[in-house]
Amino acid sequence: MSSTFETVSKIISETCDIPLEKITPESHAIDDLGIDSLDFLDIAFAIDKAFGIKLPLEKWTQEVNEGKAKTEDYFVLGALCGKIDELVAAKGA
Amino acid sequence: MRLEYFQMITRVVEFDAEKKTLVAAADVPAESPVFEGHFPGYPLLPGVLMIEAMAQTSGWLILGLNRLTAMPFLVGTNTTKMRDFVKPSTPLMVHAELIGDGSGYAVTKAFITREGKRVAEAEIKFAVKTFPDPKFAAMIREWGERLQFPFEKLDAA
Repeated sequence: MSSTFETVSKIISETCDIPLEKITPESHAIDDLGIDSLDFLDIAFAIDKAFGIKLPLEKWTQEVNEGKAKTEDYFVLGALCGKIDELVAAKGA
Repeated sequence: MRLEYFQMITRVVEFDAEKKTLVAAADVPAESPVFEGHFPGYPLLPGVLMIEAMAQTSGWLILGLNRLTAMPFLVGTNTTKMRDFVKPSTPLMVHAELIGDGSGYAVTKAFITREGKRVAEAEIKFAVKTFPDPKFAAMIREWGERLQFPFEKLDAA
């Protein structure tokens, strides 16, 4: 069974045509990988389908815009995978 | 259809909040400046306007499922196919089904039929944004009334 990071990095690689080896848990989706908001919608759609969850993108964006969170809290892949694991666990609880 | 105003739907025929589907009629007009250029002497409905018809039908589906509180904006299409020519004076039916519903985005599958035969299809992606102000909400409601949108079905959405 693939880890969350393996699944997410594969989705990003296929959606944005980024070589898999360039994607690490430390990669920032926007700053390092150059993923824009439109590509991120595709990624969110694929993640939602793969994990059976709904990424709260609007809430995260609002928190960043209001200064309550930093982009790296949600868009560094290691942190993103942690959030996905939390959402999956909450779904099963 | 009012091609020159980019209003592609003639009326909403059916909205099913439970199945997350919407069907709209789109009557291609006999005459339009669009046909004078596309193409002189050989008028055809442009493929991009078929995509727009599917996007607007999907748009009313998403508006309905959001109880007219959020506006979908077209951001992309996948697997788009135009299977046949569409000439002036052709009644079309446009079908849309929601297949993805996320936080701030939605994905639909849509297709157009002429006399039951499929002439175009696409998977369509939207960014979904809250209405900017009550004036915009009122404009959408008025537009929906012109299209005979079944507002009574919003309670089931």
